[in-house]
Formats: sequence, C-alpha cells, structure tokens
Amino acid sequence: MKKVNYLEIEGRSGGFLALLGVLGVILLAGLVGMYHMEHNGHYVTGMDNQIVWGMPHVFAVFLIVAASGALNVASIGTVFGKAMYKPLGRLSSLLAIALLAGGLMVLVLDLGRPDRLVVAMTYYNFKSIFAWNIILYNGFFAIVVVYLWMMMQQSMNKYYKAAGFFAFFWRLILTTGTGSIFGFLVARQAYDAAIMAPMFIIMSFAFGLAIFLLVLMLGYRWTERPLGDEMVRKLKNLLGVFVAAVMYFVLVYHLTNLYATEHHGVEKFILAGESEHTTIFWFMQILVGGVAPLAILYSKLGASRMWIGIASILVILGGLAQMYVIIIGGQAYPLDIFPGMEIINSSFADGNSYHAYTPSLAETLLGISGFAVALLIVTLGVRVLRFMPDSLSDKDVDPHHKG
Amino acid sequence: MSKPEAASNGMNRRKFLGAGAATAAGLSVAPGISLISVAEAKPVDQTISSDQRWGMLIDTNKCAKGCSACVDACNDENGLNTGDEQRSRQEQKAQWIRKVDLRDKLTGHEVSLPLMCQHCENPPCVDVCPTGASFKREDNVVLVDKHICIGCRYCMMACPYKARSFIHEELTNQLEYSPRGKGTVESCTLCVHRIDEDTANPRDPACAEACNAEGHKAMIFGDLKDANSDVSKALKQHSSKAIREDLGLNPGIRYRGI
Ligand code: SF4
Ligand code: SF4
Ligand code: SF4
Repeated sequence: MKKVNYLEIEGRSGGFLALLGVLGVILLAGLVGMYHMEHNGHYVTGMDNQIVWGMPHVFAVFLIVAASGALNVASIGTVFGKAMYKPLGRLSSLLAIALLAGGLMVLVLDLGRPDRLVVAMTYYNFKSIFAWNIILYNGFFAIVVVYLWMMMQQSMNKYYKAAGFFAFFWRLILTTGTGSIFGFLVARQAYDAAIMAPMFIIMSFAFGLAIFLLVLMLGYRWTERPLGDEMVRKLKNLLGVFVAAVMYFVLVYHLTNLYATEHHGVEKFILAGESEHTTIFWFMQILVGGVAPLAILYSKLGASRMWIGIASILVILGGLAQMYVIIIGGQAYPLDIFPGMEIINSSFADGNSYHAYTPSLAETLLGISGFAVALLIVTLGVRVLRFMPDSLSDKDVDPHHKG
Repeated sequence: MSKPEAASNGMNRRKFLGAGAATAAGLSVAPGISLISVAEAKPVDQTISSDQRWGMLIDTNKCAKGCSACVDACNDENGLNTGDEQRSRQEQKAQWIRKVDLRDKLTGHEVSLPLMCQHCENPPCVDVCPTGASFKREDNVVLVDKHICIGCRYCMMACPYKARSFIHEELTNQLEYSPRGKGTVESCTLCVHRIDEDTANPRDPACAEACNAEGHKAMIFGDLKDANSDVSKALKQHSSKAIREDLGLNPGIRYRGI
C-alpha cells in the first residue's frame, strides 16, 4: 500500500462557499427559532405538559446516536485492523465529533433554561443517567480529539491503536447511556424493554454509516478526488447489514412487547392505532427507512453511487421517523396511572386516548439546524486540517486490489 | 385578599385542637438531627427532620364528584391563577392538583379523587434529575429547587403520576413563598411553606383545608411517622392503597376506596 497522503481541501471554489452559505442559513434559521422559543417560552411550541419532549429531542437524540455510529468506520480500521478502512479514520472521527456537537447544541437550546448550562456542568446528581450522559458526551469529545491527534501526529502514531480501542468502548457505553435515558422511565410502557440499549447501538451503526457514506461520496465528488468503487461497495454492503439488523431488533422489540399482556395497549397504539404514529412507523420507519434502502443496496441499483446516496438519505429519514415514534409516540400513549380503571374525566388529559402533538416551525428548525452545525464543522474541518486522503482509489488503499 | 386570614384561622383551630399531639411531636424532634437535615435539604432553614414524614390519606368515598374546592384552593394558595398563564394552551398550563373521575372496568363502580404529587419515598423524579434540582427533604417532601432546575423535563418523563408541570411562559405576579419561573418545572409542594411555619404542628395544606371547609373532609393530612396523628390513626383503622403500588415508590399520599 502506498503511503496515505492527507490534504486539506482547497475551499476556494464557488461550490464550497455556496455550501457554507446554505449551511449557515439553515443554522441561522434554527437559531432564530430557538430565540423565538426561549424568548417567549415554550408556549409557542407544540410541546405541552403531556408531550414534554418534542421535535428538538427527535433530532438531538438522532444526531447523538449517529455520532457514535460515525466513529464506527475508524474503529473498524483501528480495532478490527481492516487496512482498507484506516485512511477513513480521520474523517470518521471528525464526523463523530461534529454530529455530537450538533446534537448537543439542539438538546441544550431546547432546555427551559439554556442559560443555566453552567449549572448542568457543575451540579451533578450521580444517580441520574442524564448526568452520566453529560460526562460521557464530554469524555467522547476529549477521547476522539486525542485519538485524532494520535492519528495525525506522526510521533504519536504508536499510541493511536490504544486510543482507538478506548474510543471504541467509550462510544458503546455512550450509546448504551443514551438508550438508557428511555430505559429508566419505568412507568412508560413504550420504553419498558431491556432491548432498548442494544437497539440503540445497532441504530447508531446504521445512522452513523449512512451519514458517513453521504459525506464521503459528496466530499470526494466535489473535491474531484478519486474514491474507489471497491471501498464504496464495502461500505454500502455494511450499511445494508446494519439496516437489516435494525429491522431485526425492531421486530424483536415489538414481539417481546406483544408477549407481555400489559404492553398490548401501547403496541396496538403504535402498530395499528389511529394516530399519525402508526403511519409514520409503517410508512416512514419500515418502508422508507428499511425496506426501500435494503432493496436499493442489494439490487442492481446498489452499483450506482447516486442510488447508494439515495439509500443513505432514506436510512436517515427512516431513522428520524424511528426516533419520532420512540420519543413522541412513547409520550403520546397515555400513562396507565389507574390500571383496571377507566378515566371518565380529568382536567389533565388523563383520559385521552392519546396525546396529540403538532410541532411548530421554530422547534423543527432548531432540530434541523443540528445537522447544519455538524456539516459546518466537517466542512470547515476538512478545509483547515488534513482529514481527507488525496486519493481513496482502490489501488491506493488496498494492496491486494486487482484492478 | 382574604386568604391569609382564612389560613391563619385554620392554623389556630388546628393548634387548639391538637395541642397535646403538638407537644409530643415537638419533643420528638431532637435538635442535633434537625441540624444535619438542614444541611441536606438546601433552601429551608428550619427544623426538618427524618423523624417526620408528611403525607395524606384521601378518602375517595367522601370526595364529591364535580367538587373542585381542593384544586381552586391550591391555585389560590400557590399563585397558579394570578391570571399570568394567559398565552399557554390548556395543555400547557400548570396544574399541581387535578380532579380525576374513574370507573372500575369490571364493576362499573365510580370514584372521584384529587391527584397531585404523591411525595414518593423513592421518587423517580429525583433519581433522574441531572442537576439535583429535584430533591427530597428529610421529612420526605419532594420539591424542585427553581434555582438549579435547567428545565430538561426529564422528571416529567419519569413521574408515573404526571404530577409535574412545565412553565411555558414568563410569569410576573408571584407569591413570595411560592416562586415560579418560565422554563422550570414545578409540582405540589405539600404546602411546604405551611409545614415550615411550624413543623411541630403545621396547618393543613390548602387543599385539605378547603375540603374540610366544604364539609367533605376527604383529605387527612399529617405526620405518617407519628402514631398519634390523625392520619396515622386513620391509616391504621382502614385499609388504604397507594396508586400504582406495584411500582414500589411508597408514596406519602394514600387513598381509600380505589
Ligand atoms: S409523584 Fe412524581 S413528582 Fe411527586 S415525588 Fe413521585 S415521582 Fe416525584
Ligand atoms: S426539569 Fe428541572 S427538576 Fe426536572 S429533571 Fe430537569 S433539572 Fe431536574
Ligand atoms: S398540598 Fe398544597 S401544593 Fe399540594 S396540592 Fe394541596 S394545596 Fe396544592
């Protein structure tokens, strides 16, 4: 294998500036939305005392989960010693940090008191999984930065494997922690499942890789650097495996829930109910986010980069839908405060068949802007530092390639 | 407002009636213990002790369907109806206590009851709160410290009774003892300001007081650890239940007739 040569991108083209401009406008729109929410209070949003976590959480949790998965490519190179993935390690790490930053920004800006971020960083209740997550997220930043530094600094190269292992385990714990945020809500029927944490790990693999593939293909196309077909083929096959695994976990999750009588209500609500969640589950999560990308990736279409790109976008959309059903759907189904009793009347909507939620533009824009932040960090990152190899053609990355 | 007068009358009446019990309870609070508890319990500088546990027994047989005296009283007492929350939708307005009417699915038997924070002994809201803003005092009153609540709403996700509300807009008319603020979470305080006036023999919470005034007498408040308190005696005499007993949270609010 020839020595990998990493190079900053030039970043003088009109396209580069246009990209920055578009991302900047999206970010700005999100910040305006945020200001609107925080200035007036959450009454301007679709959230209320029943649906307390709305669109921002859907995007934030998606991005945080995807961040951990984006690091997967680097891990495959370092931890599992697959030479072909090694040149991708830097970009993979950068994307991981960027996605986490985007997700956390959205999470923090949706707080009732984002101005108290310092409080969140200084007062810890160590019984709270949420507090542990704050530590895990900060640690993730630190570890990945060290990992990157060891990859990029010649003299530190010998340590980078150890750092890679550490980052690998840290992010598994991190995703478990994120999944456990829901697992700890004992009274909420939708979240009362041990499979939640491993499901989040598999979801992170799929979502993170889908975003990585898009960034990789677009990045190399726009900079006109070579990107080998074999590499793309390997990554898209991996994406197919992850997407199939997510669908398998979703199946097991619902089957185990159907096994337990006390969960029949919430299962019926999601799988065969009258709310939008049933449509979103079957149409967006399963069909658009699962069946369609699998069909593309494993058919002839999977040979075309454009179609791989489309499949990746579908996986991302399906992932957001899945988050929506988990987070909003889980809250929309009423709590069973009085088992065996029918609620005839309550001023606090206890008797509703489900709690409706209509997201406002502001909260949705805030959520979307998390993506913009992540992509801005990546775009600027590859501009100023050496994250991207100047060539990822098959013969440059794989010594055994017979092309 | 005539409220403070009514409140102090209530106190006098209770003090008068329960003078004996008050002395006994007062003596049982060892000064050393209360000092430790003060350090733990942050904002309050009183004799709060784990020798006491405040709670209520609510008799749903006495609770009248359609009556909302407790709800109105709570709103008055804690400044929830100062006309501030105008812009919030109905589902966004704070409710510390609500009336719920239930029908047994098997027997058709109907009950009406007030539901508020159950002041759990093992409160999930406290466990999940990242900053420790949700906390449980030594006397098991569960509160939110409005100064360190970041408004993450995780406690609202965790509470099995949906006892908490988020403040969705700027509030101006505040009561001194009941600070409320946009972007933070709040719930029933068990009228802790009344407890802290006189921990030896506190006035009834506003809701129970109103219920008594209406003549229903469905809510008995008191120290669950004091065997001679009205509430302990009533609990000993009749069978009662906690809502969602299966969750093992051991709430301080118990119910009869559900
Ligand atoms: S009822 Fe809810 S808010 Fe009150 S202590 Fe229990 S868990 Fe916390
Ligand atoms: S909303 Fe406030 S009290 Fe509730 S968990 Fe978050 S910080 Fe704690
Ligand atoms: S105890 Fe006080 S705060 Fe709690 S519901 Fe009754 S009146 Fe409201």
